[in-house]
Amino acid sequence: MATMQSLDIKRYSATTTTSPSVREAVEVAKLIDVSRCIGCKACQAACLEWNDLREEVGINVGYYDNPHDLTENSWTLMRFSEVEEPDGHLEWLIRKDGCMHCEDPGCLKACPAPGAIVQYGNGIVDFVSENCIGCGYCVKGCPFNIPRISQKDHKAYKCTLCSDRVAVGQAPACAKACPTQAISFGTKEDMIHWAEARIADLKERGYENAGLYDPPGVGGTHVMYVLKHADRPEIYSDLPKDPKISGLVEAWKGWPKTIGLAGIGLAALAGFLHYVTAGPNEVEDEDEEKGQRALRGE
Amino acid sequence: MRKPAGTLSRYTPGARANHWLNAIVLILLALSGMSLFHPALYFLTDLFGGGVWTRILHPWLGVALIITFAGLFIRFWRYNIWNKSDTQWLNRIRDVLAARDENLPEVGRYNAGQKLVFWLMTIAIIALLLSGIVMWDSLFGAYFSIQQKRVGAVVHASAAVIIIAVWIVHLYAAIWVKGTVRAMTRGTVTGGWAWKHHRKWLREEVAKGPK
Repeated sequence: MATMQSLDIKRYSATTTTSPSVREAVEVAKLIDVSRCIGCKACQAACLEWNDLREEVGINVGYYDNPHDLTENSWTLMRFSEVEEPDGHLEWLIRKDGCMHCEDPGCLKACPAPGAIVQYGNGIVDFVSENCIGCGYCVKGCPFNIPRISQKDHKAYKCTLCSDRVAVGQAPACAKACPTQAISFGTKEDMIHWAEARIADLKERGYENAGLYDPPGVGGTHVMYVLKHADRPEIYSDLPKDPKISGLVEAWKGWPKTIGLAGIGLAALAGFLHYVTAGPNEVEDEDEEKGQRALRGE
Repeated sequence: MRKPAGTLSRYTPGARANHWLNAIVLILLALSGMSLFHPALYFLTDLFGGGVWTRILHPWLGVALIITFAGLFIRFWRYNIWNKSDTQWLNRIRDVLAARDENLPEVGRYNAGQKLVFWLMTIAIIALLLSGIVMWDSLFGAYFSIQQKRVGAVVHASAAVIIIAVWIVHLYAAIWVKGTVRAMTRGTVTGGWAWKHHRKWLREEVAKGPK
């Protein structure tokens, strides 16, 4: 495990220069095998415990999701969905939701505060609360609707993939707590191999559309799912089929921004050049005389 | 303040105070907004007490802008109605930039360029207000979807770029056309300035008789 830790930061929010990139870190991944999950919520409890978080005691509104959504305290959440298949049988699908740790993180791209969001060499995307200004741009950047802004301190929170544990060679708390080994953690390469074996097994058992969820639209993710119905990820509580950073966010944060800034600079430069070439527009003595005469009503 | 001989009154003390309050707020808004607009300008957050304070103050400065600009709008909108000679004036923009005023139609209180600045500012500030509400998470975050907030962000940044560009034109015109700035600092302009740049307005003022 020691080789998976990484103190190198390969992306630093609101920074336009290249981060240290000579050392190559091993990429890590968490693999969530939805077919093995029994919905016990041990991962949720372990997450609260390891990260010293407390969720409010909520109310039951008739379904199993508890709390009802991700919050600044609950960085992971079991989402339960009941899906009726065309042949009439019922599928009870349980997906552990949380940050996907995109290789191309929309939150980091949208963040205006230098170093409030970083991506480590091993692929983990982490929020650095000291640098967070609470603007909520990460919420707009995320294609998975993950970050939550606390009303207490107006800072953004989400799963850290237990970067503090990984840095000392430990697996994330949720993976450690899972009683069915539905959550595994290791190098991304190993996790893909492990997933392939699981998918082969599921296919043998009749789930011909079983597959790995590692969406290429965000450069792949460092949290991946094994899905029995990988052809329809949306049936797993609206897991997006082809997640991408919104075109609006790309426009807002991409080259149009540079064009806008250049346009402002050019407008100022054009004014300056006009002044030094055309000269000031002055009122001549003749104009003043005519003006005074007009004023006197002549 | 007494009006010196040979001058015309152009802006009342109230209008001047309103204008400069609006100007101060606009500059503070632009600085705080630019600091979050591009990483290269993040250092500007230091002027406002850091990133968090910039995030807190910027929208309230926006409220101040709306109030001060509304004052200017109410004072000046009726002088900024577009007419045919404005189109003529704009078609001869080359003569304008070369200061060949003799080729231009006689101008009333405001010329076509000034009217364009007025209306572009008005439209862009309304866009800024509406998109700004959508982006003001700490107060209105619960009322809008993420997709609406994304649209808001793009509209807000675009409107801000337009406003800053228009502001540069406004500022430059005041510097380039000598004798203009005193209209906003002392409230008066010389007869010659009015004759050269706003002859129709001069005639109208004279026709009104002495004030």
